[in-house]
Amino acid sequence: MCTVCGCGQGETKIEGQTHVHGSGHAHTHADGTTHSHSHNHEHHHDRPHHYGLGPAHAHAPGLSQARMVRIEQDILGQNNRHAAANRQRFREHGQFAVNLVSSPGSGKTTLLVETIRRLGDTTPLAVIEGDQQTQFDADRIRATGAIALQINTGKGCHLDAHMVGHALDTLDLADDSLVLIENVGNLVCPAAFDLGEAHKVVILSVTEGEDKPLKYPDMFHAADLMLLNKIDLLPHLRFDVARCMEYAHRVNPNLVVIQVSATSGEGLDAWIAWLRHGMEHAQAIRLETVAALKQRVAELEAQLRTT
Amino acid sequence: MHEMSLAENILQIVEGAALDQGLQRVTEVRLEIGTLSGVEPEALRLCLEIVFKGSLAEEARVELIEIVGKGWCLSCQTEVTLHALYDPCPQCGKYPVQVTGGSEMRVKDLLAE
Ligand SMILES: Nc1nc2c(ncn2[C@@H]2O[C@H](COP(=O)(O)OP(=O)(O)OP(=O)(O)O)[C@@H](O)[C@H]2O)c(=O)[nH]1
Ligand SMILES: [Mg+2]
Ligand SMILES: [Zn+2]
Repeated sequence: MCTVCGCGQGETKIEGQTHVHGSGHAHTHADGTTHSHSHNHEHHHDRPHHYGLGPAHAHAPGLSQARMVRIEQDILGQNNRHAAANRQRFREHGQFAVNLVSSPGSGKTTLLVETIRRLGDTTPLAVIEGDQQTQFDADRIRATGAIALQINTGKGCHLDAHMVGHALDTLDLADDSLVLIENVGNLVCPAAFDLGEAHKVVILSVTEGEDKPLKYPDMFHAADLMLLNKIDLLPHLRFDVARCMEYAHRVNPNLVVIQVSATSGEGLDAWIAWLRHGMEHAQAIRLETVAALKQRVAELEAQLRTT
Repeated sequence: MHEMSLAENILQIVEGAALDQGLQRVTEVRLEIGTLSGVEPEALRLCLEIVFKGSLAEEARVELIEIVGKGWCLSCQTEVTLHALYDPCPQCGKYPVQVTGGSEMRVKDLLAE
């Protein structure tokens, strides 16, 4: 099969199933070409893949001498290609995807449950849950009535774009859905792996200390929004909110900060408004694209009639 | 960092090139790693040793080419050397400095038969 579909990580499980390709999907190759294929197989890569790089075959038969092969490839290039495919898919379907990242226990799942409750069942949405082990978080989401899909990464410390692409195949979401992705609790690794989301949202809880943006700058740099969670606990702690924000803005001057408490509900209105705004924007882009296509078709039809 | 997944990705790139170009054995892999990429060179070497086991690159020598961090200071309007991401400008002490080099993680080339 296709080496771009880097299914080497045999430990990944989606909904408890060892990751098997069940349905057709498109792959974008390093040379920019995309092809779709339907397949149903455990991953074996049996077809050579053409990277289109490196010198022309200077093969002198019988001459088994070491030769230099130019590669010049980004180590994360494959993830980035999968992410671009996911992003394109979100765009075409008007879906607004956010990637929630934080250290373990900062309150991601609690926040999602409360978010879903507030959005109400008129908002089309689904949650993709990433954890090394267990279905606990997906079960907590399903208890709200929402659609959830659990990815277990095994030893993997982050979700990658390829896993998310497969999750999207399985979910087959409605147009204009909100896609909430809860990444594996880890303030380091998920920063480097683009999933194709519109925004990374970093959640920091006040029990973790105000220095986290400086200790784990990559994550705060990669995020567009920070939710400062568990502010109901502030009276019991020595946590300097102003200093925390100053540190966060040092690594990312454009970071938007919303202070929330997932348990008391404080600040959640602003977060919900941020999500709704993002959804409206994603839908508007889809409608614009559809309108542009319709107009193009009408123009072509008019041309055909006159000729 | 996630040196293990980086190592797996590197092997995939090497195996892809081997299939493409009919390589039997890889004897050297050269990587370009920026000093601002967050990669721990020794951890990466260790992970590569594990991941390369049993592959066509099992005996490959790994060369890490370090790429020094560089940034553009908006205040000084010059390029400066950066030792860590999000550091202030070493000349004027101000933020922000836009990173212009040093976050690379690339497979540069191979020696192979
Ligand atoms: N006081 C207080 N506790 C909270 C708040 N949000 C979450 N918690 C508690 O924090 C603990 C962890 O919450 P989770 O929602 O499981 O955190 P998580 O980030 O999903 O954790 P992982 O998925 O394991 O990384 C739970 O005991 C929650 O009840 C909050 O705003 N205030
Ligand atoms: Mg959780
Ligand atoms: Zn300066």
